[in-house]
Amino acid sequence: MAERPVPEEKRVFMTGNEVVAYAALAAGAEIMYGYPITPQNEIMHYWTRLAPRFGRGFLQTEDEISAGFATLGGVLAGRRAFTGTSGPGHILMQEPMAMAEMMRLPMVAVIQQRGGPSTGTVIYSQQEVTMTVSGGNGEGLRIVYSTARHQELYDYTIKAFNTAWRYRFPTFVLGDGYQAKMREILTIYPPGERGIEMVAGEPYLVGPGEPGTDRPPVHLRNTYNVEEELNATVMELIRAYQAAAPEIAEYQESGTGDAEVVVCSHGVVSRVVEEAVRELRGRGWKVGWFRPVTLRPLAESGLKAVAARAGRLLVVESAHGQFARLLKEVLYGSPAVLETMFKPGQGFTVEEIVARVKEVARGGRS
Amino acid sequence: MVTGSLKILLGGEGGQGVQSVAAVVAEAAYAEGNEVLYIPNFGVEQRGGVSIAFLQISDQPIAAPKFRYADVVVALSQRAVARTEQYVGLRTVFLHDSAVGGVEDLLAGRAARIIAIPALETCRRESDPKVFNMVIMGALLGQTDAVSLEGAKAAVRGKMGARFAKQPELRELNEWAIDRGMALVAARQ
Amino acid sequence: MEPVMPKCWRGESKPHKFCPGCGHGLVLKALGEAIDETGAMGRMVFGCDIGCSLLAWDLFNLDSVQTHHGRVIPVITGFKRANPQAIGIAYMGDGGGYSIGAQHLVSAAIRNERITVVLVNNTQYGMTGGQMAPTTLPGQKTETTPYGRDPLTTGAPLKGPEMVAAIAAPGAYVARGTMANPRRLRNMLGSALRNQMQEAGFSFVEVLSACPTNWRTGPTETWRFVEEIMTEYYPVGEIKVPLEQEV
Repeated sequence: MAERPVPEEKRVFMTGNEVVAYAALAAGAEIMYGYPITPQNEIMHYWTRLAPRFGRGFLQTEDEISAGFATLGGVLAGRRAFTGTSGPGHILMQEPMAMAEMMRLPMVAVIQQRGGPSTGTVIYSQQEVTMTVSGGNGEGLRIVYSTARHQELYDYTIKAFNTAWRYRFPTFVLGDGYQAKMREILTIYPPGERGIEMVAGEPYLVGPGEPGTDRPPVHLRNTYNVEEELNATVMELIRAYQAAAPEIAEYQESGTGDAEVVVCSHGVVSRVVEEAVRELRGRGWKVGWFRPVTLRPLAESGLKAVAARAGRLLVVESAHGQFARLLKEVLYGSPAVLETMFKPGQGFTVEEIVARVKEVARGGRS
Repeated sequence: MVTGSLKILLGGEGGQGVQSVAAVVAEAAYAEGNEVLYIPNFGVEQRGGVSIAFLQISDQPIAAPKFRYADVVVALSQRAVARTEQYVGLRTVFLHDSAVGGVEDLLAGRAARIIAIPALETCRRESDPKVFNMVIMGALLGQTDAVSLEGAKAAVRGKMGARFAKQPELRELNEWAIDRGMALVAARQ
Repeated sequence: MEPVMPKCWRGESKPHKFCPGCGHGLVLKALGEAIDETGAMGRMVFGCDIGCSLLAWDLFNLDSVQTHHGRVIPVITGFKRANPQAIGIAYMGDGGGYSIGAQHLVSAAIRNERITVVLVNNTQYGMTGGQMAPTTLPGQKTETTPYGRDPLTTGAPLKGPEMVAAIAAPGAYVARGTMANPRRLRNMLGSALRNQMQEAGFSFVEVLSACPTNWRTGPTETWRFVEEIMTEYYPVGEIKVPLEQEV
């Protein structure tokens, strides 16, 4: 293709769904499979308008089960294939995602969380955390980037394709309805100009050569006869995941050195938390923030270090403890006190977080 | 460019053009070099629900997509008043169409100013109700320093360019509406 | 004398894993012969559904993948869309194609996906232990219809190829074969694969097959059930032929 989707670095003002479509194009994603559900629809809308110009494919499937399995088909063919979904559609997609875990298929999925349970709202939540990190009948052998702003949505959508193909685990960009629908400013760029080399796809099936003559046939197995066989396979997957985890895990923190209260959040909530902490710092409060960028694998050592220094952690999320549970698993045995601020399906304002942090810092409980 | 930050909340019935106004002002504010964050907020109805737009314009990067109190609330319908009321603080200017009643009683003592402008009535009497939202945008521009009048008009042209090319009178109509909205709000100062 | 096996069959996979008397072996032999005729093994991707179909996963010298129950069609569809040079075969049972994955079969047919679906109809769920399938005949006893299938409460048996033919695009090839006539079945499967390779459209072959284990039938009764009872309800033949290749 002569024309490149993102020919040069450019400051733009767009919605998050548009950002995802451009990032996927810039990352060299070759085909998208999707099914309509709010609030991720515009990923498909932008993709279907842009993709044909750059020789990329699209298929609107009959449901999310099919979108997920067709994405696996695309991956098996060696293409950078991806999908996007939300809420009830995300529930249906757990089935192909489980297969991706078992067979280490590098599917990429962008999840724009909406309110739940069930059909909930089409607006916003952080209630798809548990499902994204550990949905399906498996061990959660997934990589999950939780983005906070459009720049990250662009950066991590590109990165998701590389992480998926480098480590061969299903990789997710966890956004939400706010990020999907809101417009803000970011800089888009061709990955190569930032020194990002895209990891090439590689066919699992129908690669070069005649099976049975030039090479043995590839038989990808997904069903096992005896417990021992399955256990051995799963343990091998787990060991591979654990070996890769430290390279993959990412987090950010600020002010945690002397903080008496560290506010923990992820995704879009963390930008509100950052502002609240900045305000409080300005007024002399000893507070900081900690934000995992990868919810799975979690940056365990970073979190433990922060918890060991601060007496109190305040977990803020737009769900009722789904993110907090991930932290608790790592913090088991830590003397740090875990306070919470849960608003399932609702966003936060700076003011209310400031008020809650003060309360926690004074030792009060909600 | 704005100095500091400006938080605007617009609410109206689906189809009244609230999101178009927010999108145009957002686009103009971006073009004028501001940090901008615009988030539409609506339910599952394609039509007939209350549509809300959160718009922030700032000289600094913007943190939260939503805010506790708006500097300016613009409410275009009775239901929009009920939906936006929670964002009214003591420093909030509440701008609404005169056809929407009961606002003074509801918000007495709770807002910095309440301004009613006869946008719908003016459109019906002098022009065309389809540019109602542009009159409202004019009033919003008159009330704030969000974006320049020229910037807003350029953003409208950017958005409606193809239709304006086909129907030049439509461009005139829209620009009349923006100017008229500004005049209406100036008369209330 | 050793029976002659398809060239694309993998020697190491013998003996195959199906129950004695199972129809899958005959169906897969006919499919193997049809694959041999194409001479395009290097382009083939063989996907199996879950159910007894999955036992075919390593039978061929072809690249293959096991999927989930009902999901082989979207996997092969996704593969083919991403690599249009490939020849995609989705091998599945009646539960997978007509019940849990019916939406995929219907949609693939409507979209005229350039894939070949081979669906084995043995009138019940084999691997899960003989429950009622959409293809279970009226009065037939299964584990979930122990007094016989009652169409008043469970509906009538689904005629899959007739349904697919009704919704498929003009280029589609649709047929119903039977394990009782392997030569004709091989020709149908050949036509189906050629239909895909010529990019004419979707191809779908249902094959009447036997499950003596769950039917609890002896050899004579098994064959009588396939050849007489099933065939009476499910007529064998080509139902939609775009390329005028009567077999």
